[in-house]
Amino acid sequence: MRILGKGQIDRNRPVSFRFDGKSYQGYQGDTVASALLANDVRLMGRSFKYHRPRGVLTAGSEEPNALLEVVGATNQTPNVRATMQEIFDGLNTQSQNRFPSLSFDFMGVNDLLSQFLSAGFYYKTFMWPRAFWEKLYEPVIRRAAGLGRLSGKHDEGHYEKAYAFCDLLVIGSGPAGLAAALTAARAGADVILAEEDRELGGRLLADEPDLDGAPARDWVSSTEAELRSLPNVRVMTRTTVTGAYDNGTFGALERVGLHTPARADLPRECFWRIAAKRAVLAAGALERPIAFPMNDRPGIMLAGAVRSYLNRWGVTAGKRVTIFANNDGARQTARQLMAAGVEVAAILDSRTDATAIEDCPVYLGARVTDTSGRLGLRSISGAHVGGNFQIETDCLAMSGGWNPTVNLTCHLNGRPRWNVDIAAFVPSEGVVPGLSVAGSANGDFTTHACLAAGQAAAIEALAEIGVTAAAVPLPRAEGVPYAIQPLWLVEGKGRAWLDFANDVTSKDVKLSAQEGFTSVEHMKRYTTQGMAPDQGKSSNVAALAVLADATGRGIPETGTTTYRPPFTPVSIAAMGAGGRAMGFAPQRFTTSDQASRDRHAPMIEAGLWYRPSYFPKPGEKTWRESCDREVNMVRSAVGVSDVSTLGKIDIQGKDAARFLDLVYTNTFSNLPIGRVRYGLMLREDGLVLDDGTTARLDENHFLMTTTTAAAGLVMRHLDFIHQTHCADWDLRLISVTESWAQFAVAGPKARALLNAVLDAPLGDFPFMACGETQVGGVKGRLFRISFSGEEGYEVAVPSRYGESLFRDLVAKAEAMGGGPYGMEALNVLRIEKGFITHAEIHGRTTAFDIGMEKMVSPKKDCIGKAMAARPGMVGEEREQLVGLRLAQETKAFGGAHLFTQGAEVERETSQGYVTSVCWSPMFGATLAMGFLKNGRARHGEKIRIVDHLRDLDLLAEVCDPVFHDPKGEKLRA
Amino acid sequence: MRLTCPLCGPRDRREFYYYGHEDYLQRPGPDAGPEAWDDHLHLRDNIAGEVRDLWYHETGCAQWLVVTRNTVTHEILSTELVADRKKKGVRA
Amino acid sequence: MPELIAKTALLGKKPVTFAGTTLAEGDAGPVASIALFPGQDKAAAKALKPLAFPAPNSFTESEAARLVWTGRDQAFLIGAEPPALGGIAAVTDQSGGWATLTLTGPMAVEALMRLVPLDLRATFAVGQAARAPLGHMQSILFRTAPDSFTLMVFRSMARTAWHEIEVALRSLAARAALA
Repeated sequence: MRILGKGQIDRNRPVSFRFDGKSYQGYQGDTVASALLANDVRLMGRSFKYHRPRGVLTAGSEEPNALLEVVGATNQTPNVRATMQEIFDGLNTQSQNRFPSLSFDFMGVNDLLSQFLSAGFYYKTFMWPRAFWEKLYEPVIRRAAGLGRLSGKHDEGHYEKAYAFCDLLVIGSGPAGLAAALTAARAGADVILAEEDRELGGRLLADEPDLDGAPARDWVSSTEAELRSLPNVRVMTRTTVTGAYDNGTFGALERVGLHTPARADLPRECFWRIAAKRAVLAAGALERPIAFPMNDRPGIMLAGAVRSYLNRWGVTAGKRVTIFANNDGARQTARQLMAAGVEVAAILDSRTDATAIEDCPVYLGARVTDTSGRLGLRSISGAHVGGNFQIETDCLAMSGGWNPTVNLTCHLNGRPRWNVDIAAFVPSEGVVPGLSVAGSANGDFTTHACLAAGQAAAIEALAEIGVTAAAVPLPRAEGVPYAIQPLWLVEGKGRAWLDFANDVTSKDVKLSAQEGFTSVEHMKRYTTQGMAPDQGKSSNVAALAVLADATGRGIPETGTTTYRPPFTPVSIAAMGAGGRAMGFAPQRFTTSDQASRDRHAPMIEAGLWYRPSYFPKPGEKTWRESCDREVNMVRSAVGVSDVSTLGKIDIQGKDAARFLDLVYTNTFSNLPIGRVRYGLMLREDGLVLDDGTTARLDENHFLMTTTTAAAGLVMRHLDFIHQTHCADWDLRLISVTESWAQFAVAGPKARALLNAVLDAPLGDFPFMACGETQVGGVKGRLFRISFSGEEGYEVAVPSRYGESLFRDLVAKAEAMGGGPYGMEALNVLRIEKGFITHAEIHGRTTAFDIGMEKMVSPKKDCIGKAMAARPGMVGEEREQLVGLRLAQETKAFGGAHLFTQGAEVERETSQGYVTSVCWSPMFGATLAMGFLKNGRARHGEKIRIVDHLRDLDLLAEVCDPVFHDPKGEKLRA
Repeated sequence: MRLTCPLCGPRDRREFYYYGHEDYLQRPGPDAGPEAWDDHLHLRDNIAGEVRDLWYHETGCAQWLVVTRNTVTHEILSTELVADRKKKGVRA
Repeated sequence: MPELIAKTALLGKKPVTFAGTTLAEGDAGPVASIALFPGQDKAAAKALKPLAFPAPNSFTESEAARLVWTGRDQAFLIGAEPPALGGIAAVTDQSGGWATLTLTGPMAVEALMRLVPLDLRATFAVGQAARAPLGHMQSILFRTAPDSFTLMVFRSMARTAWHEIEVALRSLAARAALA
């Protein structure tokens, strides 16, 4: 029900929204919770396990009951707290975890079975038969217990992430936070003030104390205006600081577009990573419920929340309200309600020594012993020293005291300490370096103390980073001490809920203790108390108090479970913002990309690169047809392929050759200028890291090529060797991968094609030669190297000319009966020739395995040499590189295992495995490469290939891996 | 977590590649024997307290750093460039 | 004889403007990496005149060219052909290997701070440079005017870089429209 004249909603701006298919009206400034309460809707959800009818408990992000699904055009967001969702025209929400409707839920039968659904139910019940797990138990449990549902579709919403830096991060904008921010702001510090709510003020808005004799809202407004006017202050509302991380890093979630209809490009949420030199935690405190029999009915709320709804939204949660509390604070609720004209039935104060003087009946030493009302509270039963009584009431405002919001101080493993005076945990000092705590979050529960502490914390924090801040005048505020007498549990017949979010009752906690789970961490896992979205914000302390009692320990000895980030749930979409579709990883395109696409080449991802798979010709129906044609074309005429993706590292200096001798197994210092040599690189543990060719361009100038896959890895490796072992050498390395577009020209007509393109015809240019060249007046480089087994060249020009040269090469090649070839043909060509790739040098193979042990020079040291010689790295027991040949065409069987004929086919008898497979049009056979135990001695043997994944069982002949031109005559042609 | 690159300044941990303990800087001689090499490559103490390990400023200046940090408190005590250690070259 | 046509990484891409901030492709002209050999600082200073070798995280400039710090004892000379530096420094041509983007306008800082984990506000003054990630990409960026940055990314990643910056700008424009 709305109260006239109360609240800060904009009554001139009505807003209509939907809840469970029905349209409701609220006002600009309402949350779903406040608007539903204003419409006298108390039932907002069903509980997790028992499907109990539930209403809103709180007015903030700690809400455990009123969880909704928000249905958007392209997404459905589950578990949205009704207390946090602001309403807007067109907002569509629905309750969750119920069937068929909120007021009539079939699964409510769970409630009748509650006797059997006690703590550890799953562990005890669903033990056998094992086959039932997946087929019966899991689906049933999933359906019966749970939270909201996703749409099952892609979330097309836009999310954002951003970085921020500041001197001082102030977390929370209640009296302590505002005082801290204002003090720091006036000192000229670089300040971020983060507030979870849409407005600044914290409890100043909800409690409306007087500041300087005027409503607190006035001071909040003027302070906010000042802060927003200053260039050194950033005020971030709707922003929850969700985690504290090492070295002053904080995570924060900003709800950017969740309070308005979706619009193009507007992020729904933004995940901030804030690096703060210092931080002040002024996150306030959370009120805690009292566990009494049947304390979960809609209409039973926290007293502070009742005040919030009254003062912020002008809503009373009931027409006849009862208060149940163990502290003074809740008295305010009664007074404010009465001042607003709401009937207060009674105050039940659990303390015997509290004052009984109020404008309503007060029961001292009182307890609520039972409640009634199926879908909403109708009455309560109470007891006090004078006997039992019953009260008709539709709203019970309870307060079991306040828990400082210590969560962030625990994120780096800090343990809070117990403060007897306020019967609550308070943060331990210094547990998050650079973070200090002020105000209610630190256990100071008066407005006066909060203001003063916020200011002091800011001054101190800034002093640590060399900024002098002066005290600013703070408003006068009340300083009435907080008086509380702990009351955790009212014993009685009915169930008393501790954790509303997980449906954990006091009985569950006691049962846990009884069954031996006496540690608080064990109790948490046995009962699920404190798990899931609300992370025990309202339940932890009471639950461990009950556990302490059940185990005969005190609360400090019992301890508390660990609060972990995030403070409130963070959507994966926000954390992974920008990571969808194109944002998943950078896309790398070669200079020939458009030219390849113009020829309808399907692109294949090679690492981050996109490379053409094959170049289909009219009439070709399968990739194999195109691939076979391209292979034959290279073998018989000429082919052009973009090889720019290979890593290219420019190495210069007087010690460049010496460096190459160190990083390669073979020697480069004796490589003549104008020549290229194949090099093998090991990791320090003796396994093969990479291979490639290196050209000597000049006495002190080399150009190394790496494989596409290992380009980054090799650069890091070389930087490491250089900086750790020879930083003082005359040596410089830099990647030039991107600077050059490089094209392989291969085939019997390769030389003719080059002569048609180069400015001067090719003279004597033997195999493994390199040198400068010129194309259309542009200086380039030419290498005579081959990855196909044919006479081959690679011509390189600065990348800005790459596309142009590629188009020209391809056009001229086509005129000679050649053309472009793609990755598929490239792979077939290299398998035919027995050239290895990272399919073979996959991180577990040695130089010996691939038949290159002779490339490890005995005359010099090199990286990996010592370890390459250790026992087990060479010898017959190793799986050695072999070729495999089959007459028939078959599915590719990379990864298949090799078995000796007649032997059992099991893991232990595997003789090796297959790494690369292709159909060779030249040989009319399936060719493969693989590793076989003692393989080099087994050429000629028939070996069995078993591939369980593709259901293949084949017989192949073991042979040398070089099928094509074993003597290399074509290469040298 | 944040590391201060001696060249680039304070940066987010995501810019760095982690390698391992600074033992990797002490490369044994080629004839040191398998035990020394095994020790160099594989055997590490799992220290609760101050450690010195190697990080690579991969998306920054491409320098290798020695970072002294405390594995208990997560405090970063110092960072220095590996290249500035003026180490003499290895036998090559 | 063929005539080779030079192309920048994003040739044909028209500048886009959101919230008064413009993303455009630039053409840096010649780019050369100059990596000093040990002990050659003084010789390099002489040879590079009138440009001074930049301190880390900064650039120096003359009318014709800029010298941008890119690493330990390494800088990129942008806009002019390098002088003869034989024995003093390793010089490698990087022209065309990098795509150059410029971002100019009131939202430039905020847009970049969605992608670059650096404080690019006033403390990153005109004349400052950094090697830093731009999303998942390596980049070189420097501030050329209070509201203008130049970014260099690998040529092959230019489309991704453009896309990411454009998305950041669009988000900021949408945020501004909300306020």
